[in-house]
Amino acid sequence: MANTLPDPHAAIVIDAGGVAPDGQLNAADGRSISRALGRSQRAARRRAFLLVLPLLLFIVITFVVPIGQMLARSVYNDGFSARMPAVGEWFAAHPVGTPPDEAAYAALVSDLAKSAADKSIGVVGTRINYDYPGTRSLFTSTGRKVDDLRPPFIETLPKVNAKWADPALWAVMREASRPLTPNFYLAAMDRTKNDAGKVVQVAPQQRVYLMLFLRTFILSLVITGLTFILGFPIAHLLATLPTRKANLLMVLVLLPFWTSLLVRTTAWIVLLQQQGVINDLLVWLGFLDNGSRLQMIYNRTGTLIAMTHVLLPFMILPLYSVMRSINPSYERAARSLGATSWTAFRRVYFPQTLPGLGAGALLVFILAVGYYITPALVGGSSGQLISNMIAVHMTETLNWSLAAALAALLLGGVLILYYVYDRLVGIDNLKLG
Amino acid sequence: MKKLLFITTLIGCTAGSAFAQQAKSINVESWCGAYSKSEVEAYNKPFTEKTGIVVNMIDSDDPQTPLTAQVRAKNVSSDVFDIEVAPAIRLCDEGALVEINPDDLPPAPDGTPARDDFLPDTLHDCAVPNILWGTVIAYDKTKFPENPPTKAADFFDTEKFPGKRGLPKNPKRTLYLALIADGVPADKIFETLDTPEGVDQAFKKLDTIKKDVVWWEAGAQPMQLLADGEVSMTTAYNGRVFDAMVAEKKPFEVIWDGQYMDMNMFVIPKDAPNPELAMEYVKFATATEQLANQAKWISYGPARKSSAPLIGKYSDGVTDMAPHMPTAPEHLETAVFDDPEFWADHDAELTERFNAWLAG
Repeated sequence: MANTLPDPHAAIVIDAGGVAPDGQLNAADGRSISRALGRSQRAARRRAFLLVLPLLLFIVITFVVPIGQMLARSVYNDGFSARMPAVGEWFAAHPVGTPPDEAAYAALVSDLAKSAADKSIGVVGTRINYDYPGTRSLFTSTGRKVDDLRPPFIETLPKVNAKWADPALWAVMREASRPLTPNFYLAAMDRTKNDAGKVVQVAPQQRVYLMLFLRTFILSLVITGLTFILGFPIAHLLATLPTRKANLLMVLVLLPFWTSLLVRTTAWIVLLQQQGVINDLLVWLGFLDNGSRLQMIYNRTGTLIAMTHVLLPFMILPLYSVMRSINPSYERAARSLGATSWTAFRRVYFPQTLPGLGAGALLVFILAVGYYITPALVGGSSGQLISNMIAVHMTETLNWSLAAALAALLLGGVLILYYVYDRLVGIDNLKLG
Repeated sequence: MKKLLFITTLIGCTAGSAFAQQAKSINVESWCGAYSKSEVEAYNKPFTEKTGIVVNMIDSDDPQTPLTAQVRAKNVSSDVFDIEVAPAIRLCDEGALVEINPDDLPPAPDGTPARDDFLPDTLHDCAVPNILWGTVIAYDKTKFPENPPTKAADFFDTEKFPGKRGLPKNPKRTLYLALIADGVPADKIFETLDTPEGVDQAFKKLDTIKKDVVWWEAGAQPMQLLADGEVSMTTAYNGRVFDAMVAEKKPFEVIWDGQYMDMNMFVIPKDAPNPELAMEYVKFATATEQLANQAKWISYGPARKSSAPLIGKYSDGVTDMAPHMPTAPEHLETAVFDDPEFWADHDAELTERFNAWLAG
C-alpha cells in the first residue's frame, strides 16, 4: 500500500511541522511536496495524452505519413536504378564523361534482358522517358529483341535502334542510375540539365510551371482582397444588427457555406455562360445585343468570380466573431473626444478587427492557393492554377514524382507565407472565432 | 453465457454467409454514362443470369487512373478494368496485368478461332478489345440551317461557321484534328507529329481558334455545351453524340471526316481479388453475341468480325445502327487510327507543351 500514489489533494496539505531539516517542504506523509506535485501532474498529463492519442494517431497516419511519402517521392525514383543494377555499377565505376565501352553495353544488355524477362522494362522506359521524351518504346521494343543480340554489343545494340549510341541518352541513364535525383524539382521550376550536366531553362514553349505558380499566387491575393472588400461590410452589419435580424442574415451567409462546392460552381456556370442567365437578362434589358454576349466564364474572370464566392464565408466568419467582441463604447469615446467617424473607424475600430482579418485572409489565401475543382470547371485555359497541373500529373501523365515536386513547392510557399505572417502580425493574434 | 455463445455463433454465420456471397461477385471498373449502361445491359445482366455471379459496375472518368493507383499501392480492389490501348500496353509492359491467351477466348459461332475473328492487330498480350470508337465532330444543325459544315477543316473556319468550338483539354485529341484540317493525310498524322516542325504546325493551326475554344474534360461535357448553345461545334465521342441525337432527340449532326479511332479493352490486374471469375467475365463479354448486343445500346463498333452482321436496330426498335457505326466502311476512309506506341513515348512531352500553350 505504501507504494501506491497518495491522494494528490492530500499531498498538498502541509503538515504543521512540514519543513524538513534540509529546508524542503514536505507533505503530510513526509514526502517532498514538489515530487508529489510532479507525480500527480504526470498522471494528469498521461490521461490527457491518452485522450488526444486517437487524434494524434489519425493525424500521423492520414497526414504526416502521406506528406512524408510525397516529399520522398519528389526526390526518390528508383524506376531505373532498381531494375538496371549492372549498368548502374558501370556508371559508379566510371566518371562523368567516359564514353560507354563494350563493358557498359554488355551491362546494359544483361539488364535489359533481365528486366524484359520479369516484365518491368516498361517501368524503366517510363523513368527515362521523363527526362528524354520518345524513349519509352526504345526500351520496350529493344526488350523484345534483346535475347537475339550477340556481342560485340557496342555494335549490335545501336543497330536495333540508333538512339542507343546517343550520348544524351547515356547522360540521362547516368542521372537515373541513382534513385535520388533533383531533376523533378528542376522540372517543376522549368529547368533541366543539358548534356554537360549544367542546369538550364527549358525551351520557351515548354515553360509553364513558374508562370502558373505566379498566376496562382497573384490570383489568390486578388481573391483574398476581394473577399475582404465584400466581406468586411457584411461582417460589420452582422455584428451591429440586433441579434434576431443578424441571425436571419447569418443564415444567408451560412446556407451557401453548407452547400456543396460542386453545386455552387455549377450554379455559376448556369449564371455566367454566354447563353446563361446573366447574359440573357442583359440582352433582354437591351444592354447588350445578341451578338456581343459577355464572356464571363471559361477564363480567368470565371475563376475569380466563382472562387471569391466560394471562399467569402471563410473571410466573413472570423471577421464577424472578432467584431462581435469589440466594445462599441470605444468608438463612441473617440467620437466624443472629437474624432470624425472616419478617424474613429480608422484608428479605433479597424485596428481591433485585425486579428479576425488576419485569420480570414490567411484562411482564404491558403485555401485559394490549393484550389482545384472550381478552376478546373470554370477556368478555361487562362484560369487554370498550379493545382490543376498537379492533378494532370497525378491522373493523366502519371508522373507522380513531378506532381509531388510541384506540390512540395506549393507547400513550401505556403509555409514561408505562414512564417512571414507570424513575424509581421504574430500567429498569437489569429482569431478564428 | 449460453446466450453469448448463441449470439457469437449467429454473428459468425451471417458474417460467413456474407463472405460467401462476396466471393460470388466481381467488380468491374468502366467509364460512366451511356457507355457503361450499354455494358450493364449487354454484358453484366446476361452474365449474372447465366452464372449467378453478381457484377458491381464502378464508374470512373478514366478507369486507367484508379487501376494505376491500385497497382502502385499494391491494393487492387477490382477484377476487370475497361481501358484504352496505350495504358493497356504500358501496364502490360510493367508486368501489372494478367496475360491472356487468345486460344482461351470463345470462337465465333461458325467456329473461326478468336485469333482470326477479332479485327487485325486488335488483340494484345494482356488485353481483349471489346469496341472501337471514334472521336468525331458534332454540330448543332439549327446554327447552320443552310450550308452545313462537312469537313474537318470547317471546324477551324469560324468566319464561315460562326460560334465557339468545344475541344478536349489534352494533346491527344486536338493535335491530330489541327493537322487534318491543315491538309495532312490521315495516315501521315503520327509521322508528322514525330517531328518538331509537325508539332509546331499543329499548334499554329490551333492558335487560329484558341480564343474561340471552350475546353472540356469529361465525355459528357461536350454534349452539354452543345445543348446549352455554348458552342456551335465540338468534338465528342461518337457514342455520346448518338445518344444525344437518338435517345434525347437533339438537333445534332456528325462530321465523320477525320474521325479519331480508338479502342477499349478489358484487362485483368495481376493481383485482382477474383482472377478466375474475372477471366470468365472477359470471355463472356467479348463473345460474338455480347459484342453485337452492345451495339443495340450504343453506337460503338464491335471488335469481332462475326459480330458485325448481327448488328440490327437500336434498343428503341426503329433506328438502324449501321450508319452510326464508326467502323462503317465510309467512315473509315479518312479515319486516323490511334498509335499507342507514339503516345506512350510522347504523351508526357506533348502534354507539357500543350499545357504551356494553353496557359500562355
